[in-house]
Amino acid sequence: MSLSTGQAVIMIGAVVLGTLTTRFLPFLIFPDNRPTPKYIQYLGKVLPFAVIGLLVVYCVKSVPVLTWPYGLPEGIAVLGIVLLHWWKRNMLLSIGGGTILYMLLVQLVFV
Amino acid sequence: MKMKALKAAFPYTIPICAGFTFLGLAYGIYMNSLGFSFVYPMLMSMTIFAGSMEFVAANLLVSGFHPLHAFFLTLMVNARHLFYGISMLDKYKNVGKKKWYLIYGMCDESFSINCTTQPPEGVDKGWFMFFVTLLNQCYWVIGSTLGGILGSFVTFNTKGIDFVMTALFVVIFLDQWFSQKRHLPAIVGVAASAVCLMLFGADNFIIPSMLLILAVLTLAKKSFEGKEMGS
Repeated sequence: MSLSTGQAVIMIGAVVLGTLTTRFLPFLIFPDNRPTPKYIQYLGKVLPFAVIGLLVVYCVKSVPVLTWPYGLPEGIAVLGIVLLHWWKRNMLLSIGGGTILYMLLVQLVFV
Repeated sequence: MKMKALKAAFPYTIPICAGFTFLGLAYGIYMNSLGFSFVYPMLMSMTIFAGSMEFVAANLLVSGFHPLHAFFLTLMVNARHLFYGISMLDKYKNVGKKKWYLIYGMCDESFSINCTTQPPEGVDKGWFMFFVTLLNQCYWVIGSTLGGILGSFVTFNTKGIDFVMTALFVVIFLDQWFSQKRHLPAIVGVAASAVCLMLFGADNFIIPSMLLILAVLTLAKKSFEGKEMGS
């Protein structure tokens, strides 16, 4: 499905508005630097980790795991990233290497 | 005063320059592969300026017209900014009008530099943080614009390049995993989302996932903090 330019602008506007909200809200809620509620502090500590987990699942949400190739290209590439990152801890190397591995897999192996 | 702050800020942003140029290029090429002109990644990088969300937004743009869904998804994907903001309430005080740009441009990388770096002696703190933020945004906009332009000249087969987004999040996930002793939040994030994906399907699982994550983490608060004190 493709959007008209106007629809695309509205969609991007919604994303901009969402981003602005998350960035400005704390400064609007706590203008005088009142102490932050304990619960919010706790969420601040744990939520970033959970949200990235959610995003990983979001990325693979449409991968067919019950039909060929059973999510194998994605699984192998993620495993490759884990090993690369374990080994070198180099963000660019892991992202670049994993992406190239995946591209080779879907272009040459699981065609 | 400004030049001095710019000179002091630049070295701190060099690693970000490499990273943003690379990821920006990949993002621009990805947008191009979805059929968007370079104007889209350029304007999105200037206005949204939240790398991970821009990848998600690219996906949203090709999956139908749902602005409300896009808005709420953005709130959730970028929820971490709330906590960056809470950490920066003090630091962004007394810097004049620059404060508004500092908040606007508070991406993960600018936050991490501004949060942890003390500007050198004699350098204005406000301008230092301003240039860190501005330089980082420039790298990102230039990278993604170039990617969008070069994308149409790319002659190799780009099938599978969309995996760069998965790779990005997997690497962030691993970085967080290696940096933490307690993995409960990360596990809850993955497990709750996986369960909701199975229950609600690919198109409707985000909001239930977020609620489930909030619920589980709220329930786990006592044990989490108790153990933390005990450890």
